[in-house]
Amino acid sequence: MTLLTVVFAAVIATVIWYKNAPNDNMMVGTLCLIYWGASLMWLVDAVFEFIELKEKFFTPAPAEMLNDLYLGLSAAALGLVIWLVMLLIKDPKNVVRQTILKKLK
Amino acid sequence: MACFLVPAAEAVVTTIAQKRLAAKEDRAALESGAEKSGISFSSKLKWLNDLLWGGSALLAFEHLWHGEITLAFPFLTNASNPADLSMMLHEMATVGTSMAAAVTAVWAVFAAAVTAIEKKARELPEEGAAEA
Repeated sequence: MTLLTVVFAAVIATVIWYKNAPNDNMMVGTLCLIYWGASLMWLVDAVFEFIELKEKFFTPAPAEMLNDLYLGLSAAALGLVIWLVMLLIKDPKNVVRQTILKKLK
Repeated sequence: MACFLVPAAEAVVTTIAQKRLAAKEDRAALESGAEKSGISFSSKLKWLNDLLWGGSALLAFEHLWHGEITLAFPFLTNASNPADLSMMLHEMATVGTSMAAAVTAVWAVFAAAVTAIEKKARELPEEGAAEA
């Protein structure tokens, strides 16, 4: 469920990046890479889990699924926070710098 | 357990390599006076950095969620006793290495495809000029 949630986040971010490409002022490309990196890593984790659990892998307990969904959503939110912090620090549109300079004047 | 440490370690190495390579490319461009054309290798390496750092950060969060990371030394709950430590090292060697390899392999295919597209785009105007 965690893998599925992050894959959906990666797909949505990639669609948004594609819609605005080649313009990437909002650094959506970085957000895509964050989500795809996590998706690939969780996919490998899922493969190892499948090898260990076999068919039980596809029938998780409802409480376990809910916890994994909650974790996936929290991970997606953390990805957004990381991206937002990077965006504000790199400030590709110079918005933060201009706002600070305006206040100083 | 601590599988995310392997891609995180790779991310440290690739980040240092990328920074050095970018500085070298900038110096070379400045010395030759030629403008940079296409996507440099350091830019492609930055994609790998983002994949590795992003993935490691979200996986570290998952480990924190499951109580496998603590704020006190040795920071990993499985590192506190020898039996769990050997299990953790085994997981790092299998799952962690596979994660790092999978991400690197996907990046390598993607970077190679981009390079091939760039090469084809550079050849096209030359072909057109030759035909004319």
